[in-house]
Amino acid sequence: MSNQPSPAFKHQGFWARNKKSGGYLMRKQARKGAYSFFRFLLLFALCFMILQPILDKISVSFMQQRDLYDSTVVTIPRHLTTENYQTASDLMQYPAAFLNTLWISVLVSLLQVAACTLVGYGFARFEFPLKKFWFACVVVAIIVPPQTISTSLYLHFRYFDVLGIIKLFNGGEAINLRGSSLPYYMLCLTCMGLKDGLYIYMIRQFFIGVPQSLEEAAYVDGCGTFKTFWRVILPDALPILVSCFLFAFVWQWTDTFYSGLFLGGNNLLSMQISGIADRLNSKTVGGASVGYQQQIVSTATLMLVGPLLLLYLFAQRSFVESISASGIKM
Amino acid sequence: MKGKHLTIRTRRAISGYLFIMPFILGFLCFLLYPLINSFWMSLCDVGISPQGYSNTFAGLANYKRALTIDPQFNQMLLTEIGRMASHAIAILVVSFMIALLLNQEFKGRALVRAIFFLPVILSSGVLVGLETNNTLMSGLQDMISESSPFRLSDGLMDILRLTGIGGGVLDVVFDLVGEVTDIVMASGIQIVIFLTGLQNIPVSLYEAADVEGCTKWESFWKITFPMISPLMLVNIIYTIIDFFMKTDSDVITKIHDTMVLQMNYGFASAMSWIYFAVAVAMIGVSALIISKGVVQSYE
Repeated sequence: MSNQPSPAFKHQGFWARNKKSGGYLMRKQARKGAYSFFRFLLLFALCFMILQPILDKISVSFMQQRDLYDSTVVTIPRHLTTENYQTASDLMQYPAAFLNTLWISVLVSLLQVAACTLVGYGFARFEFPLKKFWFACVVVAIIVPPQTISTSLYLHFRYFDVLGIIKLFNGGEAINLRGSSLPYYMLCLTCMGLKDGLYIYMIRQFFIGVPQSLEEAAYVDGCGTFKTFWRVILPDALPILVSCFLFAFVWQWTDTFYSGLFLGGNNLLSMQISGIADRLNSKTVGGASVGYQQQIVSTATLMLVGPLLLLYLFAQRSFVESISASGIKM
Repeated sequence: MKGKHLTIRTRRAISGYLFIMPFILGFLCFLLYPLINSFWMSLCDVGISPQGYSNTFAGLANYKRALTIDPQFNQMLLTEIGRMASHAIAILVVSFMIALLLNQEFKGRALVRAIFFLPVILSSGVLVGLETNNTLMSGLQDMISESSPFRLSDGLMDILRLTGIGGGVLDVVFDLVGEVTDIVMASGIQIVIFLTGLQNIPVSLYEAADVEGCTKWESFWKITFPMISPLMLVNIIYTIIDFFMKTDSDVITKIHDTMVLQMNYGFASAMSWIYFAVAVAMIGVSALIISKGVVQSYE
């Protein structure tokens, strides 16, 4: 399979060798060249297709409004401006919303990963009655669309009560937890947040691959179960935990479903961006044109995605490798 | 210490339960309870008052309304199922082919792989809705594609349509070609899973086949394909779940509107239960078909 000529022919030129092989070498090279060329074309086209929305947005975000209606301007702006960024930033309250989103995303992802690590480890290492049943429940948690339970979850937290205890003390009124972020933290701590089933699955797969002898050695040396987990297992599991954290972070960053349900009181980027066109409309005298609205939306999207792209640039390996480490065994 | 009297197995079992305790609590309180509750609500008329909400049992009325009376819902559901079936197959094929390409050695492979994975990050949550509503972007895209001199695909489509071969099947294929961006965007994770599978096939198998005189084509069907087929199941399940979880589908939007705008919780629950049941059924059916196929190809 090797492409290097064997040592005996090395001193001869390409044409001499081609002649010896009766033109076979030439044909082979040509076929290989054509194949790589087509592969390049195909991959380039597909990559371009994926990147195009971002590139388009970048070009549009630097245009002045009149460029949008100028049919000679397609992608390269004629009148460069950074005004759109200023407008979008004002409309989203960008600095404040950014810090809020950052804080909430980090907190939520940490809670999620912490809870899922415990659970994943429990599923990977211990034998206990009904283990299969509980794992089936994890699968159920993965496949139940959150929309199915959102109605009832919403009412659950609207009239929150634990077994009627709170009603007793509160004069027959259940407390309204809607609008506070507490319910969402509870969900995350109990592995019911955004895509938590997936993280449990990924972490479990990772721990199954870790040799058991490590823990046995720790046990023989007198380490208890929890100490082993903390001192021996966790340091080794750091890569997968980082990956899960990154996924949780990214998905939380863009999430609107849970954010809308539970984090309505917080000023989050993903929530800001959904209403940005309307706000622009009401702020502009006589209403903003559709093109301008969408220009601002594109700019705002870029500002939302920018930090994530930066993160992906540096942590690309972590993202990809955790999937390949965990998806392989069912 | 009480624990001293227990056997090691019991103690391990207790630790195990302690470890998965967060999940059990969450599952019971925040999944099972709402799930049962929403099922109950779907059988009821739900009234909202400051003291709480009241359910009056209404039998299957909500389901009947969703499936037979409501003018949109069953149409939406059918379109969704159809789209899902064609998309799932297309995603499976496309991601497998891309994985095959990415498994070969060439310069810039890491970059290409990174780009293909990018949509996993960029097409989530709020970004999905923004993308589909943005006519400026699609206008720009149209302009770019129209200004390019090669409209090969359109010409080819016209020729194929004129000859009248295939009929309905061709239309499905054309739709898929039109949505090729969507498909590639949705196959980030699947590509990585397939790629890992491909890289885990021992090279010695191919070498042995080569020595025995297998062509590349044969060793693809006799080695690569059977070795990779268990992953098809993983991928198809992932694809279906991903598809049903998408927040921008018509059905989800309708459910959300019914709940938030019309405050009709019973009807919304009934619709989401039907949707959930369909999702589970689709996963079950495809798992059955594929696992049968996998078993056969091993025999």
